[in-house]
Amino acid sequence: MPRYIVSRLGLAVVMALLATLVIFLIANTVPGDPALAQLGDLAASNPDFLKAFRAKWALDEPLWTRYFIFLKELAHGDLGMSIASQRPVLDDIKNYAPATIELATVGFLLSAVIGVPLGVIAAVRRDSWVDHVARFVSLIGVSSPTFWLAFIMLAIFYGELQIAPGPGRLDPIAFAPPNVTGLFLIDSIFAGDWNTFRDALAHLVLPSIVLAAATLGLITRTTRASVLECMHQDYVRVARAKGLSERKIVMRHILPNALIPVVTLGGLAYANLLTGAVMTETIFSWPGLGRYTFRSAAALDFPAIMGITLVVAVTYLIINLLIDISYALLDPRVIR
Amino acid sequence: MSVTAQAGVIAVDKPKSLWRRNFRRYGLPGIGAAIIVLWVLVAIFAPLLTPYTPELVDVTKRLQPPSQLHWLGTDMLGRDVLTRLIFGARISLFTGIVVVLVAAVFGTLVGGIAAYARGKTEEVVMRITDLVLCFPPIILALAIAAALGIGATNTIIAMLVVWWPKFARLARSMIIVQRSQEYVEAAVVVGYSPARILLRHIIPNSVGPLIVLVTLDVGNAIITFAGLSFLGLGVVPPTPEWGSMVSEGRELIEQWWVATFPGLAILSIVLGFNFMGDGVRDWLDPKSRRW
Repeated sequence: MPRYIVSRLGLAVVMALLATLVIFLIANTVPGDPALAQLGDLAASNPDFLKAFRAKWALDEPLWTRYFIFLKELAHGDLGMSIASQRPVLDDIKNYAPATIELATVGFLLSAVIGVPLGVIAAVRRDSWVDHVARFVSLIGVSSPTFWLAFIMLAIFYGELQIAPGPGRLDPIAFAPPNVTGLFLIDSIFAGDWNTFRDALAHLVLPSIVLAAATLGLITRTTRASVLECMHQDYVRVARAKGLSERKIVMRHILPNALIPVVTLGGLAYANLLTGAVMTETIFSWPGLGRYTFRSAAALDFPAIMGITLVVAVTYLIINLLIDISYALLDPRVIR
Repeated sequence: MSVTAQAGVIAVDKPKSLWRRNFRRYGLPGIGAAIIVLWVLVAIFAPLLTPYTPELVDVTKRLQPPSQLHWLGTDMLGRDVLTRLIFGARISLFTGIVVVLVAAVFGTLVGGIAAYARGKTEEVVMRITDLVLCFPPIILALAIAAALGIGATNTIIAMLVVWWPKFARLARSMIIVQRSQEYVEAAVVVGYSPARILLRHIIPNSVGPLIVLVTLDVGNAIITFAGLSFLGLGVVPPTPEWGSMVSEGRELIEQWWVATFPGLAILSIVLGFNFMGDGVRDWLDPKSRRW
């Protein structure tokens, strides 16, 4: 097992570095000019200004020199400065990550807590009304454009019914809890500040439902298909022949076997939420990585884009590793 | 054997369940196909379906609620929402289908060549697909589209870069199964060229799952394109496009009709492709126990 993990980690590091190289090459072989994107028309029309700007950000060095500068700084734990925010990229990412982690985790838990039981019931009671409801919910979830669903939720629950708070992580007049983890739910518990906790939780409801919608469909679908697959295995027949209760057969014999594909898909979906909640964060003015990604991409802020790429690649690789390890826990045969 | 006999008995005993099963088999895919055909017709005959033009600005009529003159209301510039919706079907259908088809053809060829060549070629090609697949598609497409500049063509290019690897992966796994089959050995013995064996023998035999993925994926591509447009990277403004229409209406919570209807249009067309894709899967793979 340890050797397995080490070799996987080695490959992961190589892949992450290759990923930054890919983004670096894409970013530098396409026509967009970061100097023009940043400076605006007036400043960009002044050649001296342009030259100084390019020199400052090493934009006039050859391609490979710039990539090696990036790697050298990376080795020192430095992701460089963001051109747009004029701050170290690492600080920016540290600043925005907690909001995204909080939202993605709540959204993912929501979809898993509803999706797995729904999928199991749909499979066990195949063709019943539960099955049809589950199918309908998952198809709608998968087919709704996130950005539109977010708008509809805001329009109904914030605009019309006024039972949900508006965009953002807290009320505009509220103060953030003292920073420990950056996760408002946890920090406010540490501070014993229940008003802030309630406020943060209320602000999480709508965006996490929106995030959960698509993932819910995916998880329900996979769980149902996988449980149906397992229901016809010999060991289930044996369990039934032994006279076990239907409940025990499902919980102890079918579910552990059926969960393997669900864990894979669920893990990837979680990685996707952690790194790709661009739409939801934009609409709910959520100060997270998704919005930072979008703004950096729009401004052709290459240092920031490279930093995000690295974070995204590393997140994916770690989650893939965790998925593989959880296989070993769910199915002892994997290690051999 | 006993299972078939049993199923037959049930079908005879309860004609209702036979009807239900037929609905399961043909009903939803049928509805899906009908939705798609309807949107294709709307896209083709767009100018005949509305008295307005999609770019016609009339500020005196801005933000009117749905009425007899404007069935779905008007937007901030007084343009008829229904008209823009009808014309928007063109670009959504076009981009969705083009992205998936081009990606499918390219990905299948790449995956096919990799699987057939084996050895180093296969290793290198598959590591490249792994590399692309380790990014969330929307972020990579976002970065590329932003770097290339705004415009439908650039957005389609950006999406293609992200889209082909999953087809390469699927094609490779299908072809690995096929390449050890006897008919391939027979073709080699007869002396056919590798290209001919790949294109005429192996790929046609592994096309089923690819068709399923293509059908299910068009909806996905439509949503992604609309999403990029929503973020301001898809089409250049006055062009009517569903994603950018939602974006134009996203601050207008009181004037809900501006953003709601284009979103419903996206939802309906994507549901159509998903219904049909499920049907195609059941049809091509009767063993699958998915919905």
